[in-house]
Amino acid sequence: MKAITKRFQYFFQSTNGLALVAIALVSLITAVWGMLSGPMVEWGIKDVVVRVTGMTLLEAEREGRIIMLYHSIAMAVVALLVYFITDVVPMKKHEQTTINATITVGYLTAMIFGLWFAYFGHNFIFHGLFLVGQSLVFFSGILLAAALWPWRKKYHVTDPDYSHTSKGVDLERVAFFTMAVATLGSATFGAVTGSYWGNGHETFLAEDLIREPLKTALQLAIIGHLHIMLTLIGIATTLIIGKWLDFKRILHKIAMPLMILGTIVITLAVWAVVPYEPYAHIFIYVGAVPAMFAALLLVIYTWGKVPRERLKELGIEKANFWEWIKALFHDPLKFGATWQMVFMNFTVSGVGIFMAVTLEETMRVMPSREERITLTGHWHILASIIATIILFYFADKIGLKGKVRQWFGWLIIIFSDLAFAAVTIFSLKRLFISESAQQPLVNTTMLLADIGLATVLVVLAAFMLWRLIDLLKAKGHWASELTESEHKLAKAEAELQVQNLNKLAASLDLSETEKELLETLQSNLGQEVSQ
Amino acid sequence: MKHRIIVVMVITIIIVGCSSAAVTDTVPPLIKTGVDPDTWALVPAGEFLMGLHAHETLVDYDYKFMVTDVTNSQYADYLNQALAEGTIKITDTEITGYYPGDVFRGYDHEVEISPGEYPHIPLTDDGLRIAYDGDSFSALAGYENHPMVLVTWYGAKAYCDFFNWRLPTEIEWEKAARGTDGRPFPWGSELELNNANFYSSHDLIEKIMDGLNDTTPVGFFNGNTYEDYQTLDSPSPYGIYDMAGNVWQWTGDVYENQHYRYMRGGSKADYGYNLRVWTRNNAGPEYFGPSVGFRCVQD
Repeated sequence: MKAITKRFQYFFQSTNGLALVAIALVSLITAVWGMLSGPMVEWGIKDVVVRVTGMTLLEAEREGRIIMLYHSIAMAVVALLVYFITDVVPMKKHEQTTINATITVGYLTAMIFGLWFAYFGHNFIFHGLFLVGQSLVFFSGILLAAALWPWRKKYHVTDPDYSHTSKGVDLERVAFFTMAVATLGSATFGAVTGSYWGNGHETFLAEDLIREPLKTALQLAIIGHLHIMLTLIGIATTLIIGKWLDFKRILHKIAMPLMILGTIVITLAVWAVVPYEPYAHIFIYVGAVPAMFAALLLVIYTWGKVPRERLKELGIEKANFWEWIKALFHDPLKFGATWQMVFMNFTVSGVGIFMAVTLEETMRVMPSREERITLTGHWHILASIIATIILFYFADKIGLKGKVRQWFGWLIIIFSDLAFAAVTIFSLKRLFISESAQQPLVNTTMLLADIGLATVLVVLAAFMLWRLIDLLKAKGHWASELTESEHKLAKAEAELQVQNLNKLAASLDLSETEKELLETLQSNLGQEVSQ
Repeated sequence: MKHRIIVVMVITIIIVGCSSAAVTDTVPPLIKTGVDPDTWALVPAGEFLMGLHAHETLVDYDYKFMVTDVTNSQYADYLNQALAEGTIKITDTEITGYYPGDVFRGYDHEVEISPGEYPHIPLTDDGLRIAYDGDSFSALAGYENHPMVLVTWYGAKAYCDFFNWRLPTEIEWEKAARGTDGRPFPWGSELELNNANFYSSHDLIEKIMDGLNDTTPVGFFNGNTYEDYQTLDSPSPYGIYDMAGNVWQWTGDVYENQHYRYMRGGSKADYGYNLRVWTRNNAGPEYFGPSVGFRCVQD
């Protein structure tokens, strides 16, 4: 019983455990639901999965099912990011615990009942619970924003290496706070529109409306909602990676105000799509520039720091170019997290800008279904790139070392990028090949994409299996991670007690004996904190 | 060393991937399906359930709908007649014809279509299944009863107009495809591999063409067995074939604020979900492709 309790504590009370559960569930959903589309349909695997699981798949409900599937996965990803934020951004321990508990119950409820409703018969109680789950996720977001409030003096920074205002307000914390508030507003943007479901709003996939000259306000709101939510997930991920890599000094000081500005402008511009669509697009581009530039500064910083530290470890004072490159590549997780941000520009941002600029000449000469494929490919690549970055961070966080770290990192970098590159070439095929001659290219790019994604999924499965086996051991990694988490919690508690005692001492007129007693208590707690 | 292994693995996979899909010059044999492309089906007046969300929609007149897509043979015959009557022109690269233009409102992304000569079919594209010997047109052997492809909306409209028919509206097309019971596919609620020609449906032609998809003869999915390939009889409730898969079909609507023309039915190059009867596709009227054909209606 104790063994189960301990593991339960690991899963739901430590950041690593919480993150592992969320990643495992997303992996499981990806594995099972991934078998319902693409080559799995051709190979007959979809039919087997449907039969074995008892799914009910009516053709007219496909769009609705997909929307609920996206939301189920998105809630888990949001929860994952929130766990990381509450772990790396200073806040009170009870705040961290409350936020994590609320969002965990929220995303699990939304995921379980959302998928149940969508794929296993339409019990509307489950739909209600899906909404309850999402509401809890939203509520945890409010708690997170409150906990991140950057203008509390205790969170002010004085270290000149980190971006802050003249009064000491931590601009990185402001960036996290801005992202959290923007996410809450953007979630509301989608939720309010969703409330019209069955009452003037009919289910649709945004990619099916690409060439509709007139879109309703509800349709525009949904399109805006999905774009801004993924953008904000990207921003949150970048900020977390910045924390991980200890982003600081001059580039940090430039990047943080840019990230805050970018987040605000792009969010407001997306909200403005409903009333002012033609103008809003211009401001979306304007907002994207500072946000992306801030990410670029993080990449530049990391690609200087990682090799510098490695060369120092190796005792090389003056490295040549190849030594520097080798030093940069020595850690595929830290390099990979930032490389994927660069690679994203080749497969998502750069391609997206190119498409937008040459829309009439390149995209609008194709049938809309082809433009749709291009857009959905673009969209899936962006989501998957973000997922790989999160995986790199998590793999480092749980202490992946040595050869396993190398294999895990490089396999994901190479094979995910192979898949993304193949999908990008597939998307842009009309620029260099006619439709009549495209089949060999289509088949090859599809095959490469499948190989790339399948390998990433196998690596992920191996990673999950390793952690599953670890859970069977009494003193596995999970146990040390739990102990570490408990120590961190105890230390935070002790810090809080010291602060409370200080406040108490300052407010009371104490006798000498009482003062001595208090000092002893403070000293003991101080020792506990330092331990 | 291990980095080299990874690089070698990637290169090997790319080479293997590329070599698995070679262009084929194979031509399919002429397969007779028993479905006559010159027949029409009557679609009676009345309400039907339209679109993904099944809105009740009224068509208050009867109309006749071609039982199959227009074939290469039919289109070649038309070209010969139209050439003789001077309604089309031939250049080195294409066949063109006159179109009176559309009302232009200058809407965002709308392209102006003025009165003038517009392309009907290209003559230089490898995918064309019609040959021109300098005197007359004929369908390529083996492709006679396959749907006409690489035809622009102008070319499709010109064909129907020539015989005093017209392209169907989207509403007419969808009713002809699904009848009145709201079904998602012309033949019912499920899509099996041998119901239609779609991406990786592993049909007979796909096998003949070394795994590459190509059009199937019109009316192919009628329950017949061809060699050892058994099809399912897959007409719409009105006995109309190929309303899902094989080729997209141009429809005749010209909508306000846009120059796009809409297509229905899905094609050989699309995943199965695109074959659902409410799925829409569109392109500019000058677009032509190897997966796009058409058929006509008459009042």
